[in-house]
Amino acid sequence: MANTLIIETIRSVLAASSPLVFAALGETLTERAGVVNLSLDGTILLSAMAGFVVALLSGSLMLGFAAAMVVGAAVALIIAYASIALKQNQAAVGFVLTLLCADLSSFLGQPFVRVPGPSVPHWPIPGLADIPLIGPILFNGDALVYTSYAAIIVIWWWIAKTQPGLKLRSIGERPEAAHSRGVPVNRLRYIYTAVGGALVGLGGAAYSLSVKLGWSHRHTAGMGWIALAIVIFGGWSPFRVAFGAYLFGFLKSLGSILQPVYPNVPTQIFQAAPFALMIVALLLVSGDFTERVLDYLPPKLRPIIASLLRGSPPAALGKPFEPQ
Amino acid sequence: MKRSSLASLAWGLAPFVLTLITSSLILLFAGADPLEALGQILGGAFESTRKLADVIVALVPLLLCAAGMLITFAAGLWNIGVEGQMIAGALATTWVALGVKAPVYVMLPLTIIAGMAGGILWGALIGLLRSYGKVNEIFAGLGLNFCATALTNFLIFGPWKPPDGATMSGTDPFPQEAWMPIIGNTRASMIPLAIAIIAIIAVYFLLRDSYWGLKLKAIGQNAQAAQRMGINTRGNLILALAACGALAGLAGSVQTTAVYHRLIPSISGGYGYLSQLVVLLSGLRAEWVPLVVFFFSVIQVGSPRLELRMQLDSSLGGVLQSSVVLFFLLVRGLRQKLERKEG
Repeated sequence: MANTLIIETIRSVLAASSPLVFAALGETLTERAGVVNLSLDGTILLSAMAGFVVALLSGSLMLGFAAAMVVGAAVALIIAYASIALKQNQAAVGFVLTLLCADLSSFLGQPFVRVPGPSVPHWPIPGLADIPLIGPILFNGDALVYTSYAAIIVIWWWIAKTQPGLKLRSIGERPEAAHSRGVPVNRLRYIYTAVGGALVGLGGAAYSLSVKLGWSHRHTAGMGWIALAIVIFGGWSPFRVAFGAYLFGFLKSLGSILQPVYPNVPTQIFQAAPFALMIVALLLVSGDFTERVLDYLPPKLRPIIASLLRGSPPAALGKPFEPQ
Repeated sequence: MKRSSLASLAWGLAPFVLTLITSSLILLFAGADPLEALGQILGGAFESTRKLADVIVALVPLLLCAAGMLITFAAGLWNIGVEGQMIAGALATTWVALGVKAPVYVMLPLTIIAGMAGGILWGALIGLLRSYGKVNEIFAGLGLNFCATALTNFLIFGPWKPPDGATMSGTDPFPQEAWMPIIGNTRASMIPLAIAIIAIIAVYFLLRDSYWGLKLKAIGQNAQAAQRMGINTRGNLILALAACGALAGLAGSVQTTAVYHRLIPSISGGYGYLSQLVVLLSGLRAEWVPLVVFFFSVIQVGSPRLELRMQLDSSLGGVLQSSVVLFFLLVRGLRQKLERKEG
């Protein structure tokens, strides 16, 4: 009996984290190419709204997801154009788009607030779902959850193992060197920013069509910032980023499990916890504090823990590149 | 007029024209009449002296926060935590106003000092995280914004709840001694407005003429070079965030003492985020801030009428404000690109 509860909890954490997985993986791709898309919080809201409304009006989930991905890519392309072609500050444009997309989602989404709508159907994979333990955890979700697993593996494989992935890493780390080897730095940056943005958009629609159904004002507010922080926490590496998203999802559901157990603890603590956690996590991976803790660990453990906690941003992150 | 100044004028107006075109398209898409909607916003801000006074009410926090943010921008910081600094100021002010018994000439200065202290504390906390914890100020500030909001709700629904039970309308009203005097039967108050005007002028001179302003700008240009020249980068970044916190905290403080006369859950009202837009649209220059602030305040006060008269969401006001800034950045980039090509 206790086992089924644990399995159910893990399954729900994996499912509930899928939007964050998409968004954080998308941002990882973008940042590995050297561009920061700071607009995530707004983009997720706008794509969640667009995905829900299009799916509701057209009756097609696929169209809803497509619309959300187009919205995500379009916003990302504005940032790419403003920073690559027009040399404007990425943080400035990203922040302005955060606010613009959030307000636009409230304005255009107003007629659809709390309107019941479509959702991604539950679909246990026949055969695989019956495997003891693994089946009910991994293969008892919906198509979106399975897509999120695939996305983690594909993006890791793409960055780490393929020829285009090597180019991706080079334009984020040493664009000058990549350029001299004939890699079209800025064109690739456009592409990865757009693809990353489309994944962020998919994350938005994953909220409104699967995890937090429907639309309301500021439906997913705050999640974009969490996703951005998870990319840093995950050291810009797909598996660690996904781990960060799941860890966050786990701690969040732990909160909702603990809340009824400790009714005396003010609910606001649970509201603030994700963001306090975000700061602590960033302190852990970027502060000098970790270095000092590492010194106390046994030498054998040190490199393992360091590789889990440490990660440096792509060297050319946020810096425009001008081919000579 | 010379051709070059005509061109400058055209470049300057372009963001506004583009915003009008885009927002009209958005309104048509939402099935509303663009002319009527934009007219309602202007009408909403100028229909009565009371509404005009509300524009002044909105000017105050925007001016104060923008003044503070000019300091942090000079030091090259993305201070998204202004919202939280405002809230911290409001919380400290409420603590004093509800806990201290004093005549009005003691009480009002006390609330101001408390507000600034709260903001300084919150700003310095971001600075500490940034300088000693190497946490990017965007995330430190943003995380603390959410924490400040949660703290406000905790206090309103916990220790500071009114005797007849807590509601979303906030704490009990402050004692009369902690109310800023208002003009006639409007919501506007002269003291905060005067303070805000002094603040923006002071920041203008601070950044233009003072040694500290010069140091901050050196850090903003190139922190490593500034460090090599013997400037204490870490300390000055904390100081810059604390100084901004003082002004933002003051803004939060007067929201409680002059506008609401109590602490409400959304006391910062998004003014912190808005002031970021103000500073960007001013091109980081103090002399342009007052004009931009006035423009933003008009939209802020006018847009709620969209809900009353046209059943449209008032967030259109925010769409207008952020579109102008987006087009401003894009047009500026385009202009620089063309000038690079010519020159």
